[in-house]
Amino acid sequence: MQTGESPQVKPKRRRLVGFLLGGGLFASIVAFFYPILRYLVPPAVPDLGGDEVVACKTGELKPNGSKIFRFGSRPALLLLTAEGEYRALAATCTHLSCTVQYRSDLHEIWCACHNGLYDLSGRNISGPPPRPLENYQVHVRGDEVVVSRKRGA
Amino acid sequence: MSLTARVRNWLDERFGWKELTEPLREKTVPVHRLSHWYFLGGITLFLFGIQVGTGILLLLYYRASANEAFESVQYIMTRVQFGWLVRSIHSWAANLMIFTAFAHMFSVVFLRAYRKPRELTWLSGMLLLFLAMGFGFSGYLLPWNTLAFFATKVGTEIAGQVPVIGHSLMVFLRGGEEVTGATLTRFFGFHVAVLPLLTTLLVVIHLALVQYFGMSVPPGVETRWKASPAEARTMKFFPTFFLRELMAWYIALGVLGALAALSPWGLGTKADPFASAPAGIKPEWYFLFMFQTLKLIPAKVWFFDGEVLGILVFGVAGLVWFLLPFFDPLGRGRGRRMVLGAGIFALTYILAMTVYGYVAK
Amino acid sequence: MWRNKLATTFAGPLLLLCLCAGTARGQAANTCVDCHSFLDPPLQVTQEKFSADIHGQKGLTCASCHGGDPTKADLEAMSKKAGFRGKIERSQIPGLCGGCHSNTAYMRQYNPSLRTDQLSQYKTSVHGKLFAKGDTKVAVCIDCHSVHDLRPASDTRSTVHPLNVAQTCSRCHADAAYMKKYAIPTDQFVKYSTSVHHEALAVRGDLSAPTCTTCHGNHGAAPPGVDSVQNVCSKCHVFQDQMYEKSSHRVAFQSASLPGCVVCHGNHGISHPTDAKLGTGPEASCMQCHKPGDKCDQARAKMLSDLGRLDKAIQDASRVLGVAESSGMEVSAAKLEEDQARDALTKARVTIHSFKTELVEQDIQAGLKIAAKTQADGETALGERNYRRKGLGFSLIAIVAVVLGLWLYIRQIEPRST
Repeated sequence: MQTGESPQVKPKRRRLVGFLLGGGLFASIVAFFYPILRYLVPPAVPDLGGDEVVACKTGELKPNGSKIFRFGSRPALLLLTAEGEYRALAATCTHLSCTVQYRSDLHEIWCACHNGLYDLSGRNISGPPPRPLENYQVHVRGDEVVVSRKRGA
Repeated sequence: MSLTARVRNWLDERFGWKELTEPLREKTVPVHRLSHWYFLGGITLFLFGIQVGTGILLLLYYRASANEAFESVQYIMTRVQFGWLVRSIHSWAANLMIFTAFAHMFSVVFLRAYRKPRELTWLSGMLLLFLAMGFGFSGYLLPWNTLAFFATKVGTEIAGQVPVIGHSLMVFLRGGEEVTGATLTRFFGFHVAVLPLLTTLLVVIHLALVQYFGMSVPPGVETRWKASPAEARTMKFFPTFFLRELMAWYIALGVLGALAALSPWGLGTKADPFASAPAGIKPEWYFLFMFQTLKLIPAKVWFFDGEVLGILVFGVAGLVWFLLPFFDPLGRGRGRRMVLGAGIFALTYILAMTVYGYVAK
Repeated sequence: MWRNKLATTFAGPLLLLCLCAGTARGQAANTCVDCHSFLDPPLQVTQEKFSADIHGQKGLTCASCHGGDPTKADLEAMSKKAGFRGKIERSQIPGLCGGCHSNTAYMRQYNPSLRTDQLSQYKTSVHGKLFAKGDTKVAVCIDCHSVHDLRPASDTRSTVHPLNVAQTCSRCHADAAYMKKYAIPTDQFVKYSTSVHHEALAVRGDLSAPTCTTCHGNHGAAPPGVDSVQNVCSKCHVFQDQMYEKSSHRVAFQSASLPGCVVCHGNHGISHPTDAKLGTGPEASCMQCHKPGDKCDQARAKMLSDLGRLDKAIQDASRVLGVAESSGMEVSAAKLEEDQARDALTKARVTIHSFKTELVEQDIQAGLKIAAKTQADGETALGERNYRRKGLGFSLIAIVAVVLGLWLYIRQIEPRST
């Protein structure tokens, strides 16, 4: 039973309550709205792509050139053949998951780890790789080279 | 005259602010040893508000297509400043909201707050709980990750077992025979348009009913108060109860913030419709007791299909639960014992099956 | 067009009739199985068993090998007059099979791409040479390919399917009693079963991984000579071969008549090589020949410590990333890069075969650079985590202040009447 406290609250305590409530409310409002305002600022990169990724701009690759890009959570290889045709393949070697590269001198895809070789369609032609590399679809849309996963039947 | 008073005056002159807010100012809340259960409904409402707020924020960056959904959530989590916070709070608050809604429901059952004249309040509350679960089910799929994909597959499959309308229901939910991008589009529509609309309507009705009838006093307390009216005690809704509720909301916010910062909601791996289902597919915890029950029922019971039987039993039990107030309109006697038994059974069953579902493979 | 078609339709059976008297596609009556279905093994051959046989499927019958006249009943079918040959003696088997399988024109009708050099290869094999000396205990065609239910090698149930070859060879080669007179080891199968090649083939299901025949040949089976070991291994391990080819070891091993790769890696029981091979412990290879403290020992120690350095750098980075990931940070991009550091380590381990420290060093440096970057990414993520925790701390203080303030305020305004 709490009795005896005077209805006139001490001014000192009143100040403490005022400080706690005022300061706390102010600080918490800052803590709520600061993240929200920051959230509203659009990041520099517009998106992470999807099953479709813009691998590069046209003209970025020279014929008989290549580049590795991120496709989903794995690396992929885009290459421009000497004949001017784009091809995109998974860049993860089917042997021990090293990242493969395009050898412009051999005109073949090469895995540096165990010298596995694939042809430009991703077929394993020499060395230890047991399976071909997965092929992706490439479209040129305007000045963008767009790579997408092949649709299952 | 202070600024707030001037604004109040201005409003009052135009459409009778004082009369409008009269009921709220007059509103009182009974005070007894079970009073703190009254906070649960308010906390649930607050969490719903958080869901609306964070949900709208997520809509700024989310993209509802099978191609991009996962990446857009990943984008929110990694690239957008404080995106991890918004998304984690949305996920955590969803779970807390369902939890507090369940707790609210059971508190109503055990305090017998459903009895006459509050049957409609109970019915609208139950509908709100179903809607909340609908929110959970549809929202779970939206990040388009493997676990959600297969959980949705299993969930809609179960819906497809409902006799007679099952197949059509499944096709309606999936937007086709299979869970595909079409399902995602549909679920997104349910999640951000259909369910919020229904929920808002029902929340208004629910609150209006609560306001109209006032807070229910548990029968035991009520008889004591009737015997000696001097013992009856109340507190004003404004400001005392409301300030207390505000305290509860702040605490809930603190808990949410801590959960989001210390254990951000994971993302998993992107769903691959052609991959085989990973082991240990489980739905969200609030569906687990049903899921686990269906798993335990043998494939054939007598000459009924086990799964269909399970769904029928859950359907009937759900209906009986929904109509609970009509079995015990007075809150005493045989009806009371029945409802009490049912409540205890339901609570134990749900707890036991949920725990079992988590422990079992 | 139709004339061509007609020609092939007629020419096929015609040719068949000329070459193998008594066999024709779709021959209906086969009285052999009437009795042989009910005899005890080894005389038992059911229609069911033989229809699983590639020869049965292609329309050949019992009579194609055993002679006789399956259109007649009982002993009349098995009369000498009908050309009945009865049980084919082991000494006759290669010749009988080769009768068709070495005949290019005949085989072309069924499978134009099938080789027809099995018999001539067999004659060059250890099996074939002993067979020619009159030893009938050695493997002949049916020992490996089975008989009456012979399936093509592409069939997973075939005894010569890559997954079953080792088991098939082991039927004789792991039988110590059977192999006694040849005085060769019988532990190849046991050893192979523990090898990295067996794991690749049987566990990982990589059908291009080697089994017995990949190194020893099949019809011409013989152990590869000391000089050809390197060539055999290099069929798959191309890179190692290129490095080794230019290394000092090749010359040294060749002049000492040591069998190349096998010197360090062994043959049948090749285990997954670990860095410990470069060490001085029981798994180590180098110190079997080299003396402690010499130039080569120093190079060995350098390469070993380099590998260890990169391995540790990757593990450290991986640990940081793991901590960051388990506290909910998104580090998938850094994890992707981490794979490249692992690539570098794998490559460095291949480069060991050049036995040149500077080449190994190059790969190691490339790997260390990536590992350092992923480590930095992980630490950034951890920094972000700490930032979040500080933010949380700040908001929690604010929240506690408000809750406390509210509580005190409520006590202030609440009428305290009892």
